[in-house]
Amino acid sequence: MSIDKETVEYVAHLARIELKPEELEKLSRQLHDILGFIDKLSALDVEQVKPASHILPISNVLREDEPHICLTPDKALENAPSKSGNFFSVPKIIE
Amino acid sequence: MELSQLTAHELLDKLKNGQAAPKGILDSLCARMQGLEPKVKAYARFKSADKLSLNAQAGGLLAGLPITIKDNICTEGLNTECCSKILENFRPPYDATVISKLKSAGCSIFPLKANMDEFAFGSSTENSYFGPTHNPWNLECVPGGSSGGSAAAVASDEAIWALGSDTGGSIRQPASFCGVVGLKPTYGRVSRFGLIAFASSLDQIGPITKDVEDAAILTRVISGYDPNDSTSVNQDVPDYVESLGKDIKGLKIGIPKEYFIEGMDAQVKSVIEEAINKLKSLGAVSGQVSLPHTQYAVPVYYIIATAEASSNLARFDGVQYGYRAKSDSLIEMYKKTRAEGFGEEAKRRIILGTFALSHGYYDAYYLRALKVRTLIKNDFDAVFKDFDFIVAPTSPTPAFKIGERAQDPLKMYLSDIYTISVNLAGIPAISIPCGFTKDGLPVGLQVMARPFNEEMLFRLAHAFEQNTEWHKIKPRL
Amino acid sequence: MKYQTVIGLEVHLQLNTKTKAFCGCPIEFGQVPNSGVCPVCLGFPGTLPVYNKEALNSALKVALAFSCQIQEHTKFDRKNYFYPDLPKNYQISQFDLPLSRNGYLDIISEGKAKRIGITRVHLEEDAGKLIHESSASLVDFNRTGVPLLEIVSEPDLFSPQEAFDYLTNLKNIIEYLDVSDCDMEKGSLRCDANISLRPEGAKELGVKTELKNMNSFKGVKDALTYEVIRQTEMLESGRAMAQETRLWDADKGITVSMRNKEGAKDYRYFPDPDLTVFIIDQDMVSGIKAKLPELPQEKIRRFMQEYGLSEYDAKILTSSKKDAQFAEECIRKYPGTDKKTMVNWLIGPLLSESNSRKLNLYELNLNKDELISLIGFVENQSISHLSAKLVLTQMIDSQKPAGLIIKENNMLQISDTAELEQIVSAVIQENEKSVSSFKSGKTGALMFLVGQVMKKSAGKANPKLVGDLVKRRLTDA
Repeated sequence: MSIDKETVEYVAHLARIELKPEELEKLSRQLHDILGFIDKLSALDVEQVKPASHILPISNVLREDEPHICLTPDKALENAPSKSGNFFSVPKIIE
Repeated sequence: MELSQLTAHELLDKLKNGQAAPKGILDSLCARMQGLEPKVKAYARFKSADKLSLNAQAGGLLAGLPITIKDNICTEGLNTECCSKILENFRPPYDATVISKLKSAGCSIFPLKANMDEFAFGSSTENSYFGPTHNPWNLECVPGGSSGGSAAAVASDEAIWALGSDTGGSIRQPASFCGVVGLKPTYGRVSRFGLIAFASSLDQIGPITKDVEDAAILTRVISGYDPNDSTSVNQDVPDYVESLGKDIKGLKIGIPKEYFIEGMDAQVKSVIEEAINKLKSLGAVSGQVSLPHTQYAVPVYYIIATAEASSNLARFDGVQYGYRAKSDSLIEMYKKTRAEGFGEEAKRRIILGTFALSHGYYDAYYLRALKVRTLIKNDFDAVFKDFDFIVAPTSPTPAFKIGERAQDPLKMYLSDIYTISVNLAGIPAISIPCGFTKDGLPVGLQVMARPFNEEMLFRLAHAFEQNTEWHKIKPRL
Repeated sequence: MKYQTVIGLEVHLQLNTKTKAFCGCPIEFGQVPNSGVCPVCLGFPGTLPVYNKEALNSALKVALAFSCQIQEHTKFDRKNYFYPDLPKNYQISQFDLPLSRNGYLDIISEGKAKRIGITRVHLEEDAGKLIHESSASLVDFNRTGVPLLEIVSEPDLFSPQEAFDYLTNLKNIIEYLDVSDCDMEKGSLRCDANISLRPEGAKELGVKTELKNMNSFKGVKDALTYEVIRQTEMLESGRAMAQETRLWDADKGITVSMRNKEGAKDYRYFPDPDLTVFIIDQDMVSGIKAKLPELPQEKIRRFMQEYGLSEYDAKILTSSKKDAQFAEECIRKYPGTDKKTMVNWLIGPLLSESNSRKLNLYELNLNKDELISLIGFVENQSISHLSAKLVLTQMIDSQKPAGLIIKENNMLQISDTAELEQIVSAVIQENEKSVSSFKSGKTGALMFLVGQVMKKSAGKANPKLVGDLVKRRLTDA
């Protein structure tokens, strides 16, 4: 399985990462090699095997519907790169 | 000997006898750092060892002893940046559960965090935004990664003991490169709440220490059920120190044939074989075992771990914390922030992971990898039916030179070949120093055990350690 | 060409638990922005989710109320996409193993009973709120993490009216379960619609249009009505229909296309590794079933059986939980075993009052004892049916007791035969023409004469007795 530049560009968009042309070039080559290596997995017959989505045999972990103390807006916004009053601020979204 | 050169258990004795105080230990560490940090660079954002202070809690089990924390474990009010530009200046408004446990036990959190590969992506600590850490045994070499800072600090006595995190070997491999002890507990043994996630189904926090007793003490403090972590297991934590000093007669150690292949580093091979002989001389019984799906571990890991990481790291977007790029629109903000904030390895893994989950590829990659993971786990279950331990090298090579593998991601990934399966199977494993190469670089012996059998690991590791001198040798700095 | 409209509805319901889905933040309205948050629902690095037990119980109640099949092994999946109101840039939702599937909701629409399939009811978490200002968009995360249920209907609705009726029925059941406020204005119930048109008789569905931004049940109906017209015009003029999303503009009464920049979205669903699997076994299901209140369907059956109502009447009386309660209390209080009289009053005059006032039955604020008293007056012929309806109106308007109103308005009926005979005689004398008409076969003259008696007695004569008397007089003479 190979991965072409177009696919890498599309995937970078899905991941919201801007790639410069040189980066796209280099990354495509590296990913191509890595995927080539990963392809050895296709040799295995896994038809009857169950996927290990969770490695622990635990289930039904739940919590009681009891309230805890919240952060104050100041604390919540302490690390914000941009804020306005008690809101986080981002560039205007145009839909 | 300076206070900084002692082990935690030795210092605890002194603290309890009034022969030492937390401030004295801090001063000793700072003095050491002043001289060594410019060379070793174990700590992130280090400026000077002056004016460092400790919030030393008197009393408690750990009597104010300072501990060094890896930069991906949240400490309230203290910068936690995963050594990445994208999390610059992030000060968490909460403590990780392990930090709360340490504080309750009387430990003092060292005010500087240990250097690491950005977001734990790496096996050499060369991917840190703050530059690489240097191996105290040979400053031209890497300390291993991603917990390279923690391991180097412990090895150079710039820390008494430390916490690291292990997703594919990130505690064990640097421990082995730096000649110290490193344990990855069973998945679910230690709470992940507050550990900035890399791969949620593989990550565990664990101790990096100067000897096995320290690791046993520390593991006990940080382990246990956490209602804030749905993947933490509700099982009693034994007093691991009690398993120290017991003999290992009759315990069965399996030697996996797939880990001793043609072309492995000859020096590593001979050091490990010596170590295994030592275990046998102490009464352990060895036998050859097979982990047939070993060759698939690295590809499986690099699909599952990167897929989970791609999702876990989506939150780093400039909205609520960290770095935000200058931008005129929302989409530009996202794309530029993440392009400028993430390093090369981070971008590579995120894109690989996103690809593995994307429409049309999910079945062939992610789903398939999950299935092979089951096969890998089954391999271990089968061996542990008849054997108490699996013993192997921690790393196929000793520490390599800084820059040697940086341009070859695939080669870098393959240095995890002996550690990765352990995370995939969720079992515990420890790396202990067991010798040196002719160039004086440490070699680590890796011991794996059944889930929740950390006490057995400490028992075997301690027996080996107490009958050898490797843990007493320190780098000449 | 005639086209058939096919509609499917997606309802998002906010559950009325005390706290959020994955953290203990309390859910309240009208809070200061970003004051009802914690590191978990803010998606801060290192945090982990733990699911709310009550939310699961509420969800199971809804699933069972819609007769869904419960998935024995269910799990959460991550739905990955970037948006500022989504702190982790993924939503914890359910993809391929949702909590429940294949249920139904029986409705009556335009006089006909119909079963609407419910494809699935699954769990997810809400996002935050965005406010758009002139130069920036502002984010409030108070709403992030509120537990949601997504209820998806099969494309079984064939008209905007059916869609409206489906929503009112759905809301009714949810109110019975008391798991949500179901208030579209407050946002605790949201609805998106999918609509397509196909030539009548065609088997395949037409091109689907998704409609969003409807803020009331009426809005849903109006938006769909507009779409039917718009799409019919398009199809008839031969223009190609593209799959798109359109927003309802309630002020202008039109739908507007959302520019679709990305094409199909790739959410890269995968099982959330931070949450465990949930096993919903028979015991758990039985436990929830036992806690279910009597649902509309059962109540209808019971009303039919216990009180002899027709299915149609039973459905009307149980169309809201509070109305059903009011009706049942009236019926229970009514003396004697034959409840038909009370039932007829409920579905007749009372329903009429509630319809004309656009209020629910229970909102009429009628005193049940007074109602029974009023009915008593009619039953013992003290007042006429006609008078009784007027009394009822006044009882609702003034809250005065029945007896008082009857007295104040001098409404007591004349049922004394002798008195009535006098009036009848007078009328017959005054209306010879009508008498001859009747004798010559015009039976309508009887009713005219009865009417005249009623008029002469200012409505107070007992009409039935008058009728008998007039009839006897006419046939005798």
